[in-house]
Amino acid sequence: MNGWPALERFLRTDPRDVGCTEAMELLHVYVELVAADAAAARRYPGIAAHLQACGPCAEDFEGLLAAIRDPAG
Amino acid sequence: MGTADHPADRTSVVSPQLDPDSAEWVRTLTSFGAEREAAVARLHELLLRIARGEARRRSRQLRVTGPELDDLAYQAAADALLGITGKLGQFRGESRFTSWAYKFVIFEVSTKIGRHFWRNPSVPLDAEDWDRLPDRLGSQPAQESELRELTDALRRAVDSELTQRQRQVFVAIVLNGVPLEALAAELGSTRGAIYKIMFDARRKLRAILAASGYLDDDPSRRS
Repeated sequence: MNGWPALERFLRTDPRDVGCTEAMELLHVYVELVAADAAAARRYPGIAAHLQACGPCAEDFEGLLAAIRDPAG
Repeated sequence: MGTADHPADRTSVVSPQLDPDSAEWVRTLTSFGAEREAAVARLHELLLRIARGEARRRSRQLRVTGPELDDLAYQAAADALLGITGKLGQFRGESRFTSWAYKFVIFEVSTKIGRHFWRNPSVPLDAEDWDRLPDRLGSQPAQESELRELTDALRRAVDSELTQRQRQVFVAIVLNGVPLEALAAELGSTRGAIYKIMFDARRKLRAILAASGYLDDDPSRRS
């Protein structure tokens, strides 16, 4: 039975997820790889999994990506 | 995260030689007198620009504009500058210096927005309205009876299987819509600690609902 896909998605966890501390520690490295289109998710699957699941870290990632792409704002 | 940090994510980091711009930042920020002061002023100007841009980008979450938003950006830039100059020795050249530095100011904006939530919270921390669950998840089952059955099963699992701390965090984030960062600030905790509590709670609840036949088995757990 799975009549509520949104609930199933919300409760699903990814064992590769490194958590906030590890993701934040390497976010500046990860974001440069993303900006350079350099297979960031393949090199850092644990960070990619975390950013899929953690709203605050994903928001920080988007902010950092915007900052390095356009520092003038 | 369920067990430990992903080792590949640490070991694949290399520390190359600094690029010329980054080397110049490090050199001037570790110099003395007027040269250092000029570098600090230039870095602050850069951080303030990034903080303002980030605060504007997130302003919809804040419900503030104008001078208050600029004040938040100013504080974020000032705190980020302190963090950067205090941790300069930790910059290992894994990225450009500016990417590393921008991370500080982005995190500061994020933390300050989290604290700002409690100036005008939309719901008390300990409220508990399970009827909000479909809205929080963004959709609901097609059948009303299925919604009731799944909500009741989830509620029973939350009440009986989660620890007190897991339950508190689950209710605040899922039912009350408290942002994770704001909850961390309110509980005197960290984003990482609250995320871990939610991660463990989600995994436990999923296993219980799957064992009871309410959800399908998690494919990632099949050997």
